[in-house]
Amino acid sequence: MTTRYSALSLFREGLAGQTGWQPAWRSPEPKPSYDAIVIGGGGHGLATAYYLAKNQNIARVAVLEKGWIGGGNTGRNTTVVRSNYYYPESVELYGLAHRLYEGLSKDLNYNVMLSQRGMVNLCHSTAEMEIGARTVNAMQINGIDAELFSPEDVRRVAPIYNFSPDARFPVFGGIWQGRAGTARHDAVAWGYARAASRLGVDIIQNCEITDFIIEGGRCRGVQTSRGAIRAERIGMAVAGHSSVLAAKAGFRLPINSYALQACVSEPVKPILDTVVLSPGCGVYVSQSDKGEIVIGGGLDRIPSYAQRGNLPTLETVIAGVLEMFPIFGQLKLMRQWAGIVDVVPDSSPIIGESPLPGLFLNCGWGTGGFKAIPAGGTLLANLLATGKHNDISRPFDLDRFATGRLIDEAAGSGIAH
Amino acid sequence: MTASRLATGGSAIDRSRPIRFSFDGATVHGYAGDTIASALLAGDVAVVGRSFKYHRPRGIWSAGVEEPNALVDVGGSVPTTPNTRATTEPARDGLVARSVNAAPSALADRNAFLDRFARFIPAAFYYKTFMWPDWHRFEPRIRAMAGLGKVDAGWTSAGTADQINHHCDVLVVGAGPAGLAAVRLASGAGLSVMLVDDQPKPGGSLGHRAGEIDGKPAAAWIAETVAELAAAGQLILPSTTAFGIYDHNLVGLNQRHCDGRPDTLWRVRPRQIVLATGAIERPLPFANNDLPGIMSADAALAYLRRHAVLVGRRIVLATNNDSAYEVATALAEVGADVTLVDIRRDGTPPTPANVGLVKGRALTSATGKLRVDGVTLDDGTRLGTDCVLISGGWTPTIHLFGQAKGKLAWSEARAAFLPGDPVDGIAVAGAAAGAVSLSEVFAGAGNAVTSSGQKKAAIPHSTGLEATGGITAAWPMPGSKGRIWIDYQNDVTVKDVELAARENFVSVEHLKRYTTLGMATDQGKTSNLPGLALMAGITGRTVPEVGTTTYRPPFTPVPLASFAGARVGELMAPVRRLPLETIHRANGAVFQEYGGWLRPAHYGGNADAERSIADEARRARQSVALFDGSTLGKIEVIGPQAAAFVDFLYYNTMSTLKPGRCRYGFMLSENGVVFDDGVLVRLDEQRFVVSCSSSHVAAVHARLEEWRQDRFGRGAVYIHNATSDMATLTVSGPNARKLLETLDLGLSLDDSDLPHMAVGHGTYAGDEVRVARVSFTGDRSYEISIRADRAEPLWAQLRRAGQAFDVVVIGLEALMILRAEKGFIVIGKDTDGTTLPHDLGVDGPRAKRQSEFVGRRSLFTEEAARDNRMQLVGLAVPQGEAPLATGAHGIKRIDGGLRSQGFVTSSYQSPTLGRPVALGLIERGAARHGETIEIQHLGKIRTATIAPPCAFDPAGDRLHA
Amino acid sequence: MQLFPCPFCGSRDETEFHYGGDAGNIRPDGAEVPIDRWADYLYLRTNPKGTAREIWVHMNCGEFFVMERDTVTHKVLSSAALGGEHAA
Repeated sequence: MTTRYSALSLFREGLAGQTGWQPAWRSPEPKPSYDAIVIGGGGHGLATAYYLAKNQNIARVAVLEKGWIGGGNTGRNTTVVRSNYYYPESVELYGLAHRLYEGLSKDLNYNVMLSQRGMVNLCHSTAEMEIGARTVNAMQINGIDAELFSPEDVRRVAPIYNFSPDARFPVFGGIWQGRAGTARHDAVAWGYARAASRLGVDIIQNCEITDFIIEGGRCRGVQTSRGAIRAERIGMAVAGHSSVLAAKAGFRLPINSYALQACVSEPVKPILDTVVLSPGCGVYVSQSDKGEIVIGGGLDRIPSYAQRGNLPTLETVIAGVLEMFPIFGQLKLMRQWAGIVDVVPDSSPIIGESPLPGLFLNCGWGTGGFKAIPAGGTLLANLLATGKHNDISRPFDLDRFATGRLIDEAAGSGIAH
Repeated sequence: MTASRLATGGSAIDRSRPIRFSFDGATVHGYAGDTIASALLAGDVAVVGRSFKYHRPRGIWSAGVEEPNALVDVGGSVPTTPNTRATTEPARDGLVARSVNAAPSALADRNAFLDRFARFIPAAFYYKTFMWPDWHRFEPRIRAMAGLGKVDAGWTSAGTADQINHHCDVLVVGAGPAGLAAVRLASGAGLSVMLVDDQPKPGGSLGHRAGEIDGKPAAAWIAETVAELAAAGQLILPSTTAFGIYDHNLVGLNQRHCDGRPDTLWRVRPRQIVLATGAIERPLPFANNDLPGIMSADAALAYLRRHAVLVGRRIVLATNNDSAYEVATALAEVGADVTLVDIRRDGTPPTPANVGLVKGRALTSATGKLRVDGVTLDDGTRLGTDCVLISGGWTPTIHLFGQAKGKLAWSEARAAFLPGDPVDGIAVAGAAAGAVSLSEVFAGAGNAVTSSGQKKAAIPHSTGLEATGGITAAWPMPGSKGRIWIDYQNDVTVKDVELAARENFVSVEHLKRYTTLGMATDQGKTSNLPGLALMAGITGRTVPEVGTTTYRPPFTPVPLASFAGARVGELMAPVRRLPLETIHRANGAVFQEYGGWLRPAHYGGNADAERSIADEARRARQSVALFDGSTLGKIEVIGPQAAAFVDFLYYNTMSTLKPGRCRYGFMLSENGVVFDDGVLVRLDEQRFVVSCSSSHVAAVHARLEEWRQDRFGRGAVYIHNATSDMATLTVSGPNARKLLETLDLGLSLDDSDLPHMAVGHGTYAGDEVRVARVSFTGDRSYEISIRADRAEPLWAQLRRAGQAFDVVVIGLEALMILRAEKGFIVIGKDTDGTTLPHDLGVDGPRAKRQSEFVGRRSLFTEEAARDNRMQLVGLAVPQGEAPLATGAHGIKRIDGGLRSQGFVTSSYQSPTLGRPVALGLIERGAARHGETIEIQHLGKIRTATIAPPCAFDPAGDRLHA
Repeated sequence: MQLFPCPFCGSRDETEFHYGGDAGNIRPDGAEVPIDRWADYLYLRTNPKGTAREIWVHMNCGEFFVMERDTVTHKVLSSAALGGEHAA
């Protein structure tokens, strides 16, 4: 049996008809109890299990997934990885994720195809350039790579952008992060699953939580569609459905669920090398390694748990794309989909113990959970193992909504709300 | 020659109109009515493309939207479009078609060698390698290999796409027999009907399958039906694809015009949807089943009957179902040598005349290089051939039903998923519902219409031979020998599915994502079902246990331009415009967008903008300035509880304001953050005007309405947004009053009658004017509000009369300098989303107010009480130095590293003071006046002195001067 | 595209509406409201999967109303002008 992935093993297996590969992850029957349970088999949940086993030496861990692993937002996002954040707390969090991403393929022995072709957030006015400068300076002070781009710089990385003088959103410059880019989203889930499974983690699919086992005011396990499973420490990483589990556990969260749509064009030969975001057009665009133009926009405006795209938002997003890249007017939309995201008032994640002792939260990532997967996993694993915050996770505790110490990146951009 | 055009026939083509186009540089002849594919077949072009991964040569598989192979970039006489399906793209004179993913041509592709390494690059191989030394080393080459068609970088739009909203009683999707019958019944019942079909002509399968309806040949019945519908004024759209069913049964249609015009997007809201979308023929599994020359049997029949193209001379037709027999008969009738190989031993239809029939046998492999030349049967028999036709059964086209969250039900008898439980407002009819014979189809169509509550009408009768639906499923089997393709475009084979299963990617969604099965431009129309049936076989599950992947729009790719419609350029996000815009333009104003408004940034044209701005700011302080402040919010709050209402909405107590007076204040959000600032005017006891900032008018208005309705009640206060009703012209400067006195406004300008922060009423040319003495410049100022449509003469007179005072018309940039000199803030620029009122030095209401107001409790949180909050300050740099960069940060050095302690929010060179002025939000700033602070911008550090925000006339004497 | 019933204007496209939060989220007044109670009002949401009672505003007419709908199927169950619990 071949377990290690490499060019050589692929060659050997090629000679053997690719018949010697082991399952990427085991699918065992659930045991009655574990040291820790992670609810949610998306990127964050699987990463949590992996880091529990790897960093915390806790391998009696089960990941319980309602459907199939990576089937939620991990497999529905636009795959952007970046850490161009404003507040030091965010920089610590997303910076950790970004660094871990940079070593992830080798760490997991799974090519997650992190492709650091850079990202530019465009500025469309003098006022936006001033905010851009504020952001770039903050990033540089906080030790994150960032440059303030001139229009010429933007033209260099995205020559097909709409530089026409009558463009609705002319380019005054942009915020550039060269280390930003994309990664293959499914591979992140599968890579973590495979690595966690090899360290002894049980990944249980088609296992839906029906209730929490609460004894003595503490969470001691879960009732599932595959029976009761107990553990002293339980983490949940179920983006989009956090409120649903919270309701079962008897508390509410500062979260609304919204659909976030994405879509891709038919694949074409390489034409766009970087990720380009236009706040004016409300859209960001990249081109996948397969050649599809990958398009993401704003949230749907209606709270929803329906994982499907709609027409009005799509029309708005596509209008934005064509304003950015008029030559994409010759392309066709191939596939449209949606994921359900946790929207939090300050658009920052919630990491920490829940109001139900023994149950720990990893939620509220809004539209940006994918880029944070390695950090979300590391931090939740630390919480599950120690019961305590570290310096990176502490600011993101649920208690910030009572203290008022929110971490609102939009607020940093001068948006009052 | 093997494939060829017959001398006669072809219902779709017009032999009197020959056309010529090119494919991969070679000339192709055809007729009007040909598709690119039918013309290529008529010219015996076998290799039309290359597969995505292995660059295998590929031929035309289908005659429709399910085509996985024949993708071409088109241009020349038609708009440049990458990745069009040759099977649905009309052939046109002068069109230039190029195969995708092949260079220099599909026939001689230089990457064809990749197929020899296929065993080393199975499904998902890229996850297992390219990790050392680094993915970035490999990615550029892989990117260059990927992608299909080419984007034309010189492309320009031929115009915007139309978008049409439409309502009807019944929308019928598909103009085959089921759709035509349904639409005829609905129309006969007096309903408004819309019929759409993706083919250029109605008829669907009746266009090439036999049928006799109500005693007439199918073609006659179609013509009669269409004529009847047209006479009844019903809407029939050919070449139109229903690509998506969205929430509340909104259907998206994309209509092609095929005349150079962009496509049209339709949003249709029908009361009832009838899906008569037909079915798609499946391939059969055998080794090398992807060779050029292997084609869907139904497609061969379509090319024969519609385009008079005979796809081969020595044809092997492999099948597992009855529908192939009609094809065999038709091909034999035109002289082809046909061998029908039926997997079934028993229960087959009668053997067609002049057709060789082999029963109980299946194909195991095909041979050939750039075109199939033979097949081997499972008993070892070899048959030579120039064309292999496949009829592997029918997959009902239930994509739209699936999109509408319809549940599917597995039918063993049909070997297919059929629509399950009905969805409100949606009926499925015809082959899409699993019907086979015309009488079944018509009965289903009748039900589809009557189920919407219409009384039964006479349904058409099939009077011809009835098709039969016998089938023995023939799914790909695990352990099969050779390379058996499932997804042609993405090169997914049986072995790839087995590999996925071996590695535990057994969920149907994992199968799709791991192998990319069904993720190509055809979205798996021919491959999904065989793929999941194989997974069922490998894992010992039934097909319904494996289930299907989610059906997602669009059904077929839709031009991005259709979605964007007219939302191009300014229409993508319209700007708001001033009533006096044309006047300002005539006066040399340079416009910029500020908070959604297009406003004069400065005057004097584009040359030397900086000097123009400085001149405007300097002259404004010297004598008198005019400024168009029409964007300023003017929201009236009227009613018995108006005073209590504004008290609640504002941070500052407003109810103590006397009629005729104004007061500056903040509005907070419930989280305590300063949301807006501005002047509140009290006109009388029960009437206030909220002058909110220009960019916040809509949001403030919404906020006022919300609290009115949710807390005070509709009768307590009434809100009227008069912002765009009135223009506001500002006169500011030491000579402002003198200038105003030259106008006869009919009100006293005496300071005792109209002091600072008072409002007066007068008239100008018979129109009421409101004159408010409020100042954003720090100089004596009058804001004159007048009906927007009567503002022009007043503005003109102010300018004329102003000449005696050396009046200067200023734009927003100069105003920004003037207010920054005074330390007046702009919300969102000098504040951010964390700024609380006491951060701006306004702590009184927080400390003293007893009554409730929006955001109050949030001013007493741990965060609000933090002692190191960022506070508004001025930042001074020595005379002669350049202004600080807006966006620069104040820094602290801690443990060798840096930490931000705030930032510069506004920074200008003050022409009046002759030195830079700046505002900033700095940690503990209010208590640090006089302290020096390091300021970093893009890596460079300089110093500034923290100062009070107001740098000019701190005593405020000029307000009254 | 969903259709929402404005109690004043009838059935209109979803794009004309704006979501206003949970119905029944009563504002606690006063500077001394316990901070948890205030945070609860300000931030915590029911966010049900299934039937939800929500405040909406029809932006074209400016009227706020209560709508019951299913957040999974998007079926609208009822809509009524603000009143009772929300009217003064």
